[in-house]
Amino acid sequence: MNQEILKIQNLNVYIGDTHIVKDISMGFLRKNITAVMGPSGCGKTTLIRCINRMHELIPTAKVTGEITLYGRDLYAFNPIYVRRKIGMVFQRPNPFPTMSIYDNVLAGYQLNGVSLTRQEKDHIVQDALKKAALWEEVKDNLHRKGTFLSGGQQQRLCIARALAMKPKILLMDEPTSALDPKATSHIEELLIELKKSVTIVIVTHNIAQASRISDSTAFLYMGELVEYESTKKMFTVPKDKRTEEYLIGKFG
Amino acid sequence: MIKTNMPLRMVKDKASQGLVFLFSVLLAIPLMVILFYVVKNGLGVMSWTFLTHLPKPVGESGGGISNAIVGTLILVGLASLVSIPMGIFTGIYLSEYGNTKTAKYVRLCVEVLQGIPSIVIGIVAYVWVVVTLGHFSAISGGVALGMMMLPVITLSTEETIKLIPKTLKEASLALGVPYYRTMLSVILPTGLNGILTGALLGISRVAGETAPLLFTAFGSPFMNANITKPIQSLPLLIFNYSTSPYEEWQKLGWGASFLLISMIFCLSLITKGVTRKR
Repeated sequence: MNQEILKIQNLNVYIGDTHIVKDISMGFLRKNITAVMGPSGCGKTTLIRCINRMHELIPTAKVTGEITLYGRDLYAFNPIYVRRKIGMVFQRPNPFPTMSIYDNVLAGYQLNGVSLTRQEKDHIVQDALKKAALWEEVKDNLHRKGTFLSGGQQQRLCIARALAMKPKILLMDEPTSALDPKATSHIEELLIELKKSVTIVIVTHNIAQASRISDSTAFLYMGELVEYESTKKMFTVPKDKRTEEYLIGKFG
Repeated sequence: MIKTNMPLRMVKDKASQGLVFLFSVLLAIPLMVILFYVVKNGLGVMSWTFLTHLPKPVGESGGGISNAIVGTLILVGLASLVSIPMGIFTGIYLSEYGNTKTAKYVRLCVEVLQGIPSIVIGIVAYVWVVVTLGHFSAISGGVALGMMMLPVITLSTEETIKLIPKTLKEASLALGVPYYRTMLSVILPTGLNGILTGALLGISRVAGETAPLLFTAFGSPFMNANITKPIQSLPLLIFNYSTSPYEEWQKLGWGASFLLISMIFCLSLITKGVTRKR
């Protein structure tokens, strides 16, 4: 159970001349939710974008250090394979506007040219939408456009789209910051359910959210990993003064 | 309390409103006059024979302009064949790599190309194609028109793709979809309306061009579908027939003007329809 499936070692990220992530080493436990929190601009988004190598979209980004999944160096593969194994959900819901709900869930397969039979497709769609707790709401409208859904539903659709690829890890970049409180709590419940089957890394600057859903929490400040502990421990007895100040709301 | 002369201000307000309205109405007058004359002289010429027959020799009455209609379609088709794909790909490049040095030069070139007078483009096509082949041809006309369409399509594609949220591209890439599939299967369909609008605008821009065709497509009194031979087009026919001394030909010229304007009007309507369906 307590196996570290994803490991970051001595990770440094530079964008242009700015040192964004400073020598971070940490491991992520299997089927756990790990929250990465910290004030804006502390490098948390950059950190998780390095895991599925989305930082490579920025031409000036440079990375040193090592990230391994099951002991294998992620940077030795083509990023395309890495991203199929490590799913990502973004800050703003971003379903594909030209596709139906059904096709959105299958997008990872169809855009990658994987041919599936009708039955396989139906199965994947139903399975992913059920896992994302969206099935009951959309099962009669599968062939409508995904953009007709509410914001919270769209975000769950995006989660379903990521889950359909059966990722080992699900990265979430502030997935609820564009949603209202009700949709947020809906997604939080969903995440707790999801961790039975997938390892989740979630970036948030919502302290309460980190305490509600995560098993362990990393606190980043100015690109450094200040503290990385089980959530219970960190929220009751933070070791570092900066963590304590952040938790009680002195900055952030 | 600020002292103001309320009645005077209200008069000024009304006056400026009136002025704006007046000029807007004045603007429509030239168009109305053009339409009036074209409809008055051209509508009567319209007939099935006019659309489906070749022009008759001078002195015989009747005849039609079928060769010019077919010619215009072929010329516009040739121009679209090259400039639509090229414009779309250039537009994608500009929107994706807009900040690189190459892109800046490319954009400058496209903008300058847009401002080059059509007669000059005609000369270039003459030197490139007509001189090389040794004779006038539909191909050379297509090249000239294509060069005129290119900037319109490129710039509208660039603008369209720039408006598509970056997050959509990220969503696709994060699923492990290769870059080229992301562009072709996610970004292009999302911006299809805008790109289509650009293509239609480009077509309506060149459909009525005369100058670049004068010494490229050249015109021809015969029905021709061979793209290596000279070909007739509606604007060329209008130019030649309206300046001729024969009343029969002048009539055909009016008819062709009416037809050309109707075609472009229809294209504008289609463009509007496409844009609205967002």
